[in-house]
Amino acid sequence: MEDKNFMKYIYELHKDMMAKNFTLVYDGEITHQITKAFTSLAEDKMESYSEDSSIKRKVFHVMVECLQNLSRHAEEYEYKGSKGLYSNGIFIVGRMGKEGEQYQVITGNAVDNKRVPELRSLLEKINNLDKDGLKELFKKQIREGTMSEKGGAGLGLIDIARKTGEKLEYDFVEMDENNDFFLLRTKITRNIK
Amino acid sequence: MDVIKIKGTDDTPNVILDAENNIIEFSGRSLPEDVITFYSPVIEWIEEYAKNPNPKTNVIFRLEYFNTASSKVLLDILLKFEDIINEGNEVAVQWYYQEDDEDMLEAGEEYSEIVDIPFEMHSY
Repeated sequence: MEDKNFMKYIYELHKDMMAKNFTLVYDGEITHQITKAFTSLAEDKMESYSEDSSIKRKVFHVMVECLQNLSRHAEEYEYKGSKGLYSNGIFIVGRMGKEGEQYQVITGNAVDNKRVPELRSLLEKINNLDKDGLKELFKKQIREGTMSEKGGAGLGLIDIARKTGEKLEYDFVEMDENNDFFLLRTKITRNIK
Repeated sequence: MDVIKIKGTDDTPNVILDAENNIIEFSGRSLPEDVITFYSPVIEWIEEYAKNPNPKTNVIFRLEYFNTASSKVLLDILLKFEDIINEGNEVAVQWYYQEDDEDMLEAGEEYSEIVDIPFEMHSY
């Protein structure tokens, strides 16, 4: 009986993904190979329907920065029943809007909740800046920031906001006393002609 | 001086560092797995070049794409060339961008605002 429910669950998962226009859902370890594979898949797909080259570049860029954020900043977290499976978090790419006029890239990963206030304030700061403000913040960070051991330059979120021209949507969900689940949703609006 | 020629891949740029023929060029895509490891021989080469540079150095960037981690290293590279100017030599950056790639043009303009090196913008 349990098997039957499990199969049903998979069917529901599939239907949900389709209904939500998710074209890629991945939960696991983010490696450089994965980043290359996902971005090249997305490029080929967009190429196949002759997506505007500036939109292609933006989607590619947001995917790269989001995947790198996951691989650099996700907190290791042992999920109940996960049998030691390792995941940096969830990564979703999809279409949205009435006529699929926007792309969305969503990431979700565990973060040490001690880091949350800092992250939250950076996100708020980014969302409160206009185009010129973001440019100044980027220039300040690229000059003054140092490269972390993990190869991050603290520029990813600022750059995502600049390249998309959209506010960053985010949320923090409590996982346990030490960790929050950080969700970030980026939208890329297609040029409607 | 040694010539460095790195053939580009889908995630690392084509790099030519040739003092004798006065060619310094970066082209293609830059999102290496490990930015620091990839660019450290480049930085070392420029440091060596700075000791005895050509009277006029042209630095060519013809990049299609670079990630934010690379953007930080590109600034480090430009700052090395700024030092060469400060030592009394001439350096110019030739910044190429695809005609419809405003972000790449803007990136070049921003670098030109941060470092004290003349930039020439070229669309292709």
